[in-house]
Amino acid sequence: MKILVLVKHVPDATGERRFAADGTLDRSSSDGLLSELDEYAIEQALQIADQRDDVEVVALTLGPHDAADAIKRALQMGASAGIHINDDAMHGSDALATSAVLAAAVTKAEPDLVICGMASTDGVMGVIPAMIAERLGWPAATLGATLSVTGSTVTIRRDADSASLTVEADLPAMVSVTDQSGEARYPSMKGILAAKKKPVETWRLADLGIDPATVGLEAAGTKVLQTTPRPPRESGKVITDEGGSGVAALTDFLATGKYI
Amino acid sequence: MSEVLVVTDPVNGTVGKPALELLTLAQRLGQPVAVVLGDGAEAAGPTLAEYGATRVISINDPAFTESLVAPKAEALAQVAASVSPAAILISSTPEGKEVAGRLAVKLGSGLITDATEISEDGSTVQSVFAGNWTVRASVIRGIPVITVKPNAVTPQSSPAPGAVEQVTVSISESAKGARLVKSEPKQASGRPELTEAAIVVAGGRGTAGDFGPVEALADALGAAVGASRAAVDSGWYPHAYQIGQTGKTVSPQLYIAAGISGAIQHRAGMQTSKAIVAVNKDPEAPIFALADLGIVGDLRTVLPAATEEIARRKD
Repeated sequence: MKILVLVKHVPDATGERRFAADGTLDRSSSDGLLSELDEYAIEQALQIADQRDDVEVVALTLGPHDAADAIKRALQMGASAGIHINDDAMHGSDALATSAVLAAAVTKAEPDLVICGMASTDGVMGVIPAMIAERLGWPAATLGATLSVTGSTVTIRRDADSASLTVEADLPAMVSVTDQSGEARYPSMKGILAAKKKPVETWRLADLGIDPATVGLEAAGTKVLQTTPRPPRESGKVITDEGGSGVAALTDFLATGKYI
Repeated sequence: MSEVLVVTDPVNGTVGKPALELLTLAQRLGQPVAVVLGDGAEAAGPTLAEYGATRVISINDPAFTESLVAPKAEALAQVAASVSPAAILISSTPEGKEVAGRLAVKLGSGLITDATEISEDGSTVQSVFAGNWTVRASVIRGIPVITVKPNAVTPQSSPAPGAVEQVTVSISESAKGARLVKSEPKQASGRPELTEAAIVVAGGRGTAGDFGPVEALADALGAAVGASRAAVDSGWYPHAYQIGQTGKTVSPQLYIAAGISGAIQHRAGMQTSKAIVAVNKDPEAPIFALADLGIVGDLRTVLPAATEEIARRKD
């Protein structure tokens, strides 16, 4: 069985994230790393591989040069191979273009199962898995807190606010998993060394039969008109609770703000 | 004037506040047409009409409860084909965003998610990078598909005809591939839904596992209860109530953080709250840099006393 895990290289959320002049994310503004939520996807793929003899886990990323680090991390965790789609024409692509390219990549890679994280930690849209599935005509069992494969059926438990749903789909299928699906493993020393020898292919749009005119900033269906940094919140009053002063301050605040 | 499709999800016939907010926003762009995918349209009709729905399209296909997400997107695409709306507004729930994504692919439309504001010119505002940046954007291709976060606007009564029309759609087999084999309802908390609430009281490590004071204050204020990741990871509160980067993002009128240090993961989920109050024993806690009012003290003293005082003032 071949599992394809889609991973993204994103700016570190604890660093300073900024916009470039063209309204796109300035990927040089902060060190990048594998999106934390994608670690859960890799972990679930590796857990399936741990239980069977016949599983190949391939990590795929779409991004500029540094995105290779996301693949590297996946390989260090235990993925067997990587695919890096790197094409300058992709700069400024929206979700429509991104999903189209990833769908073409899935078609080319021919996996039985695609696993994604629940959202990227930079765009945080949470729509790519559904959009890829839409393009491929595949079922999408998304936002799984649990994931299992039996025969050619994949099952997840999706914990919505009002109910827990058990969702099943026949392979080939798209799946996404949440941060509740199980702690992701740290790469071992052995895994880090082994990663250096694992094969990583580089694909360009031409390899996917994608016309560059259909992707990138100019082709996007949305346009960023303005980006504004939010002024940092100013700290207000800080008082130490002594002899009921804290309670008095709190209730006065609530009364003044008409919350009570 | 063009029509704007507004996807509303009545639960047992009751329309939630986010749907009413969508109807109010839709009026800036055109004539709101409420769409109900599932049952409850007749019961919800009067409320939808009161808040501006010029008509209500009701589609109740069994596929909606048998298969995940895709049938709803398919139904909406069929409605959009016949209505040619100026825009399609959907609430920013996890399901709503997936429906919106599929719909955008079907229509070849630009997609904007998590808008906190929609202007008359159709441009949207989003709060991004953990609330550190604000983005104004527009859809420039196709029928704008926009998902909107709760608490975007105060819903306004704006009575309109809102007659309910039953519509049937045909859902393809391909849309039924993600089979919903079991649904186990969770017990309602009896409190406002976290992402929609006007006031949130959240507890963290400082609760030491006892959310009693947090819940009591929340109930005194009619607020929702939230939890930090530390509290959830310790098993003190369910994950559905987690606020932060890997949990829910809230933007209430008032956020009270009790025993929460304010790590960046948490701040990402609440820093656009209109007013923030923090109660923490540690004067160095990063949360104090965000708070409009910070109280250095023990939440187990401060919260119960405040709850009591609130009750006293009510009498």
